[in-house]
Amino acid sequence: MSLQISRRGFLAGLGAGLAIAVLPKTGEAVPATTTPGNDGGFSPHALVHIAFDGTVTIICHRSEMGQGIRSSLPVLIADELGADPARILVRQAEGDKKYGDQNTDGSTSIRKPYDNYRKAGAAARQMLISAAATKWRVKPETCVLANHQISHPPTKRTLEIKDVVQAAAKLPVPKDPKPRPFAELTHVNDPDLPLLDGVAYVTGTATFGADVTLPGMVIAVIARPPVVGGKVAKYDKRKALAVKGVKDVIEMPVATKPWVFQPWGGIAVVADSTWAALAGRAALDITWDHGEHADYNSQAFREELLASVRAPGTAHRNVGNIDTAFASAAKTVEAEYVVPHLSHLQMEPLAALARVNPDGSAETWAPTQNPQANRSAVASFLGISEDKVKCNVTLLGGAFGRKSKSDFVIEAVYLAKQLKVPVRVQWTREDDVKHGYYNAVNAQRLRAALDAKGTVIGWHHRTAFTPIAATFTGITDTPTEGDLQQGVTDLALAVPNIRAEGCKAPAKTRVGWFRSVYNIFHSFAVGSFIDEIAHARGQDPLATWLELIGPDRKMSLADLGVAKLPNYGESLDKHPVDAGRLRNVLTKVAEMANWKQKQGRFLGLAAHRSFVAYTGVVIAVEPDPQRMFRISEAWIAMDAGTVVNQERVHSQMEGAVVMGISNVLYGGITMKHGMVEQSNFRDARVARMRDVPHVIHTHVVPSTAPPSGVGEPGTPPVGAALANAIFALTGKRLREVPLAKALKI
Amino acid sequence: MKIKINGVDKTLDVDPEMPLLWALRDILGLTGTKYGCGEALCGACTVHLDGHAVRACVTPVRRADGKAVTTIEGLSADGSHPLQKAWLELRVPQCGFCQAGQIMSAAALLAANPHPSDADIDQSMAGNLCRCGTYTRIRTAIKKAAGDK
Repeated sequence: MSLQISRRGFLAGLGAGLAIAVLPKTGEAVPATTTPGNDGGFSPHALVHIAFDGTVTIICHRSEMGQGIRSSLPVLIADELGADPARILVRQAEGDKKYGDQNTDGSTSIRKPYDNYRKAGAAARQMLISAAATKWRVKPETCVLANHQISHPPTKRTLEIKDVVQAAAKLPVPKDPKPRPFAELTHVNDPDLPLLDGVAYVTGTATFGADVTLPGMVIAVIARPPVVGGKVAKYDKRKALAVKGVKDVIEMPVATKPWVFQPWGGIAVVADSTWAALAGRAALDITWDHGEHADYNSQAFREELLASVRAPGTAHRNVGNIDTAFASAAKTVEAEYVVPHLSHLQMEPLAALARVNPDGSAETWAPTQNPQANRSAVASFLGISEDKVKCNVTLLGGAFGRKSKSDFVIEAVYLAKQLKVPVRVQWTREDDVKHGYYNAVNAQRLRAALDAKGTVIGWHHRTAFTPIAATFTGITDTPTEGDLQQGVTDLALAVPNIRAEGCKAPAKTRVGWFRSVYNIFHSFAVGSFIDEIAHARGQDPLATWLELIGPDRKMSLADLGVAKLPNYGESLDKHPVDAGRLRNVLTKVAEMANWKQKQGRFLGLAAHRSFVAYTGVVIAVEPDPQRMFRISEAWIAMDAGTVVNQERVHSQMEGAVVMGISNVLYGGITMKHGMVEQSNFRDARVARMRDVPHVIHTHVVPSTAPPSGVGEPGTPPVGAALANAIFALTGKRLREVPLAKALKI
Repeated sequence: MKIKINGVDKTLDVDPEMPLLWALRDILGLTGTKYGCGEALCGACTVHLDGHAVRACVTPVRRADGKAVTTIEGLSADGSHPLQKAWLELRVPQCGFCQAGQIMSAAALLAANPHPSDADIDQSMAGNLCRCGTYTRIRTAIKKAAGDK
């Protein structure tokens, strides 16, 4: 590879993504202890391997989907170890519990395993230093390991890693390795790290889901029931089989509630090329039995949810007494907000390759966010033990939660078992739009009680949406206190009387996680409503925000008025609900945008806490002769605690602004008779280049707090900031997504 | 059908109606060109046909008969096209899936218009979707490759 990617590129040629097998087999399976005499070197930790030739391999056990984990996790471990990140190998892990949790979801890939990463590097460093110190007969604490070299400064002696691997491999793995002070890490504090897979991306050599081929492989596309839970009543395959290249037509298993990760059913057409399979599918004659969900009409469901939030639900947050607050109010502000189903619409349609071997074992290659769940699902589907299943992870061409679900991989496994040859299942964009796990439809009703001075003395929030648990239980129909943590019960409010309720919303289709999940609609409503309160009081929105957030403080469960807070799986000690950090991102982003200067400018502001990170956003719009307005500039400030790869955090923030704009401007999957009405990007719209600002200003708040999420927390406040900016320009308060509908754009 | 692909003459014996995209990917093994929508709505499959940007997903392979096709794999011999270099320097890609199509669209733009304005970029890149939201960096990278920034 002759292309120089940067002054500190990762070792060349390793960017292709898929299963770079650099480790001898014998060296892999030694997660916790060393094996003296092992020819392959040693593994002081499941994520680190050091070969006798000195090669340091870091195993990336999380999936790369654009968040940059392959350019971050290996650098952190290498840095802690003392290896030069430009000289390490990175190997993508297959699904295996030995690596720890691999579920690349919930913005966890840095924050959850962070201490583990540090210890992995520290263990390797201590062993290598210990071996060198013994050789030199000096104290280990007088030695340094940095940039692949161990040195003893008092005597100016040095050794390369390779010189001590044999000896280090014989040492016990330290039980409690001590990470270096963060400030000592030279690479993760570099604001300008290179992209591991950059060269592969720009030369077309990166390996995504549909880029893996096996000898004898066939390609399948599937005609799936238009309504979830539907099935084939009858079908005629003759015309499909007559298409040149079509090899077989196979009926898929029928999906039954709860949906979990089951394939959706239907008829598969198997061919020697994607084109032949598509032509064969088009020639199928199928009569569907639509099943019990054929009565689902998302417009009617919208009315049902609005009715739901107009009646009391289950209260999960209580502070003071809102009834007396509203009874004594001089003024009340009320508003209802609606957000429809949203689809992930990741650029890479689903694709998976599977092989079921004659001995019954199976192997899959797929762009999965959750290789372990995928492995379990395949094993369970085939009725074999997990050790008979190998789940390889390709690069993910975007995912946003859709690829957490293994439905598409199971389809390939089913067909591979039937056909006894490797099968790639290729989804079309239409399949992706029509057979998703959609973000739930939501309605909210917010009320604020203001006293004679305009101070907010009561806050009443109701929200109705189908919880994702419904996809797994088939019966859950009301959001729980756990669901309400996403922007309702964890909202820092300095208001003496608060009530928040979850209202009924029975499942009508498959719902699932989509980047930032329930925060999308909660932040849209809360951020818009605070703007509405500001205007009702005739006050600057920033002042209202600051007053509502109140003084800097870490909020207890009692302060919040909740019985418990899942807090994204983190303790409140480690990751408190910190009103000061929320206030800080708000004032910071307002300063960046020069918020005070409003003459001739149309600005909208919002802030939000999610995934234990804090984000503030300002959006500027300007009049545009062609389409009412243009989004001219955006500012985003994020406090995500300790940051490992600043450059990728900035890129995530930029992407979050674009996706946030896309969600509220165009988002909206609708269903009639249980069928999705949209089919492709012409009606399932997403932001294009002209829809987004030319400049997105980003700021990462310097912090030594424990790492927070990064991939998701940027998105939520963007929607409200945009709606508020549109209000500033047009005086129109838009409370329903997609905004494009009311704007007629 | 005879097509010059990335400078090499190839003979293709496939259904002439097969979209160029699937001929490239399934028959020739050139997987750098991506499938994103199948209806010329996303630009992920953008390639050059006799130097012009086309969406391979709606271009029947017969239309390429006797012509020259350039894919991302053939844009430069060694990844040294100014756009590829600018893309890396600015770290444009996030998931990377749409980027081959973005670069091919941008390359056709620069070939025809070496110093595009913002409006020119909007116009030429309007058909290329990026769901990760790399648009601002794409714009900057195009200007950088054009020597304008």
